[in-house]
This record gives sequence, C-alpha cells and structure tokens, in this order.
Amino acid sequence: MSIIATRGLTMRFPGVLALDQLTVDIEPGVVGLVGANGAGKSTLIKILLGLLEPTSGQAGVLGLDTARDSMKIRELVGYMPENDCLPPDVSATEFIVHVARVSGLPATAARERAADTLRHVGLYEERYRPIGGYSTGMRQRVKLAQALVHDPKLIFLDEPTNGLDPAGRDEMLALVRRIGGQFGISVLVTSHLLGELERVADHLVIIDGGRLLRSQAVAAFTQASGVLAVEVEEEMDRLGEHLANAGLRVRPDGRLLLVDIAGETTYDVVRDTVADLGLALVRMENRRHRIEEVFST
Amino acid sequence: MTSVIHDIGYRHYDGKRLGRAYAVRSLFTHNLRAAYGLGRPVKAKIMPFLLCAIMLLPAAISVAITAIAAQVGAGQNVALIRYSAYAIYLQPLIAIFLAAQAPVLASRDLRFHVTPLYFSRPLSRLDYVLAKYTAFTTALFILLATPVTILYIGALVTEQKHLGTHTLHWLGGLAGCLIFALVLAGIGLVVAAFTPRRGFGVTAVMAVYLLSTTAVAAVQGIAENQTQFTLAQWAGMFAPFNLVDGVQVWALRAKQAAPEPPPPGLGGPVFALVCAAVIAGSVAILYLRFRKAGSR
Repeated sequence: MSIIATRGLTMRFPGVLALDQLTVDIEPGVVGLVGANGAGKSTLIKILLGLLEPTSGQAGVLGLDTARDSMKIRELVGYMPENDCLPPDVSATEFIVHVARVSGLPATAARERAADTLRHVGLYEERYRPIGGYSTGMRQRVKLAQALVHDPKLIFLDEPTNGLDPAGRDEMLALVRRIGGQFGISVLVTSHLLGELERVADHLVIIDGGRLLRSQAVAAFTQASGVLAVEVEEEMDRLGEHLANAGLRVRPDGRLLLVDIAGETTYDVVRDTVADLGLALVRMENRRHRIEEVFST
Repeated sequence: MTSVIHDIGYRHYDGKRLGRAYAVRSLFTHNLRAAYGLGRPVKAKIMPFLLCAIMLLPAAISVAITAIAAQVGAGQNVALIRYSAYAIYLQPLIAIFLAAQAPVLASRDLRFHVTPLYFSRPLSRLDYVLAKYTAFTTALFILLATPVTILYIGALVTEQKHLGTHTLHWLGGLAGCLIFALVLAGIGLVVAAFTPRRGFGVTAVMAVYLLSTTAVAAVQGIAENQTQFTLAQWAGMFAPFNLVDGVQVWALRAKQAAPEPPPPGLGGPVFALVCAAVIAGSVAILYLRFRKAGSR
C-alpha cells in the first residue's frame, strides 16, 4: 500500500507554478524528496497536510483524501517545518507537552511521551531551559521532537539538516534513519542535497520545477555501472597503455583508471598486467553510479 | 550500566487519543497560562501579577474602610465602590494589562512562526482563534471580576443592608466584567495581531486606547459646551470603556460611571449592537489574519 499518492497535482501561486501535474506513489519506508530550492518540495508537504489547497489534482495520505479528511490525516502524521518555528520563552519540556496535548494525548501520556521523545532526539538537562537560548542543533531536535511526540504513522521532515554543521548533519541523518528503522515510522524527508538523502533513504523522489523527474529505489540509482576503477601508486599512464593494447577500453579519471568491464576476464587482464609491470596496486573496485550523475546525464 | 537507562528503545503509543474539543481546551489552557506568564520565566510573570495585585488594592481598601466605619458606628456614611463602576475607575490599569499581554497571545505565534505546528495538528484555524480569544477573555475576566467579588465578600462580611440587592448588583457587575473582557480582548488581540514585534504591539494597543479615549473626551467636552448633549452621548460609543458602560447602564440597569450615558431611546440597543459587532468582527479579522499566516 502506498502511504502517499498524488494524481495530476498542480499548485499555481500568483506568477509561479509550484507543482505541475505531479503524479507519484510513495511506499512506506524512508523516502527522500529531492529538488533544488523552489522545486516545490515544501508546497507538496503543505498540500499533503491540508494546509494548502491545490489548484487542481488530488492527493492522498495513508489512504485518506487531503481535501476531505485533512483532520484525520493530521492526527496520524507529524510535521517538522523547514523554518524556525519555536517560541523562545518556554522550555522544550513545556512546549512539547503542550503540542502533545494539542495532538490529543491525555495529560499524563503527554508528559511521558514528551520526556521519552526529547531523550530519543538527544535533549537532556537543557530541556528545562527556555528554547530562546538553544543552539541551532538543539532547536532542530526540539522541532523533530514536536513532530514525533504523538507517535505518528508518517512524519514529514522539511530540510531537517538546514543550518547544521557537518557533525550535526550526521547526527540528524542518523536520527532520521532510526525513525524509519527502529521506530518503524515512515519518513518523507526533503533536502536539496542529494548526497545526504542517498545515505538515509530507501527510495528517492526527485522533482524539478514542480515536475516529477525520477522516482525509484536508492539501490536502483546506485547499481553497478559496469565500470572497474583501478588505482596504482605510480605509472598510471603506462598501465593505461598496456590495458588498451590488451583490447580494453580505458580512460583516466583523476588518480583512477576507469576500465569498461567486458566480462569475467577483464579482472584477470588487469591483475596480470599490473603484476607484469611490477606496479603497486592500491585498489580495484566495481564503480557504482552516484545519484548526482542522474542530474549530469 | 547507565547506558541501559538511556537506551530503552522506542515505544509506540497505543493509548487514548482525545479529539478536537480536547485539543482546543489544551490550547485554551496554554494561552490562559501564557496571559499570566505561567510556565514561563519569572520575568514574564511580574507584569500581569503586579497589575492584578494593584487592581485588588482599591477593593481591599474600600472593604477595610467600610468595616472600620461600621465599627465606629458611621456605617451609613460610607459605601463600597460600586461593582459596575470598578472597571471604569481602574481603566488605565486594565489598559496596561491589555497592552502588555495581548501581544503575548496574538503576535508571539506569528512572530516566531509557530502557527504551522498548530495547523498541522487536528485543529481548525477557527478553533485556534476561538481558543485564543476565550483564553484572553478569561484572563481579563479574572482581572476584573476578582476585585468585584472581593467587594461583594466585603459586603457580606460587614453585613451591609439590602444584601439581596447587593447580590443582584454583584451578579450584574460580573456580567459587566464579562462584556468588558470580551470587547477589550477583541480589540487588544486584533491590534496586536497586526504588529508582530512585541514592543510595537504594546505601543499600538496603548495608542488605540489612549487615542480613542482622549479623542472621545475632547469631542464630548466640545459638544457639552455647545449644549449638544445627545452628540456627546453618541460619541461615547467610540471609546471602549464608555461603550461597555453604556451597555451596562442600558441592559444591566447599572448607574452610569463613564463620562456619558448612552443616548436615550435607541442609544442602549445601538451600543449593545456595536459591542456585538466588535466581538464578532474581532473573531473574523483574527481568523483571516491567522488563515493567511498558516498557509505560508
């Protein structure tokens, strides 16, 4: 069953076409929604939450229609907006308990879940201090906690790594992975950085200018490309010549030689040639496609 | 072993989920607490509690004087402050409370973009606005009704004559407090919702109060000088406290405390209609304001 389905979804703002006939089905798991800034990622999420009404087309979340059942949808999903959205004068605990109650959790459950969730996102003693004094990393954790506290079935994370330093990014991405894996909550996470989502997502949806560019499993993007990458310590050019003479198609790529794999024998030819020339082999590996290449081709 | 405590894994919640009415109630409580700085640092509590305390002073003093007068046998010469007049006498304080606390409820969520977190939950925009409006009305009602009730308790304790009439007047006073709270909350929230920065919000609410009150007083003064008494009475409609006092005089049979009573005949009903329009209009404007804010 797909958790998100759109049919010809179009959203026209004055002067801008944010979504253009978007039709896509998304399966449970961690799904990365990739696109440049302004590609329509946030607009799509807002339509799915029922915060925006599309110009035309339909959208469904967890089998519910966004036009008719948006209240029901909002009970079942969590949303972490892209921008800063926290009041500065309350503590994280106070705020998370409050939003848990607005999501329908009774007072006691709200307190328990708030404490649990803040611990899961990695906020400890500081949760009793007003949010105004938090670092960007801590704020992002509070934003994540408010989206998780009511134990949603599906969570929308809009650019969760925005403004974080590399270490903070890694921690946030690990959290996203845990939510999708260990917590068993489906995730739709957006980013304009493809490399990031490649690490955490099972499936990628790529949109550009409001149109669907590609929707497929991450594994399919990164499958073996039929190219062997060879690195030797020195005399790379001489190796290249010899390999070409042996009938292989070879091209240099920085410190690497890229060899088209013609069959099982290719590996033997490379090994033997390196050995005959007495070169020091650093590595020999099957090259995988990187998702970035989707955009360059 | 400490790592065991921190790593108990994720637990799903399969308990009860209460519906929309509960969500609205939670939002109401949160905003009512916010109006008095509860759940916030000490700094946020000072202003509302200080104003509340000052509001109680005249009532307490009035009760004390009445009690002493009764002791020395001069009870018939002193009376308690009238319930319905209390808000009029203390209107500058109420206006300060309004100006200081309306931005806390109306513009904080806008300024810090908190609204998407509410509107992505099972809550409609009208629910959100109504919860805020009722919360602020309740906060103002507490501010106004507490001293009025202290006066009434004073009346009971000092064994005033005609306690039945006192009870009626007290109940009328409470009804008046509610109308004051509704009208003032509406005006305060609307003005604050359009001035996202808190400092501007405070100033704007104060300015609306001072300008309306002074302008009306000036018009009333000039009109009286020219013996245009009906005009002076109609002008009272444009100052919030005078407006509500007019309704108290007409509908609750209160004695006039504002500078002018409502004009005879149509005046009372018109003042009441204007109050209703202010309340309904405030809800409508707030709804539109937050609808725009939520869909950004």
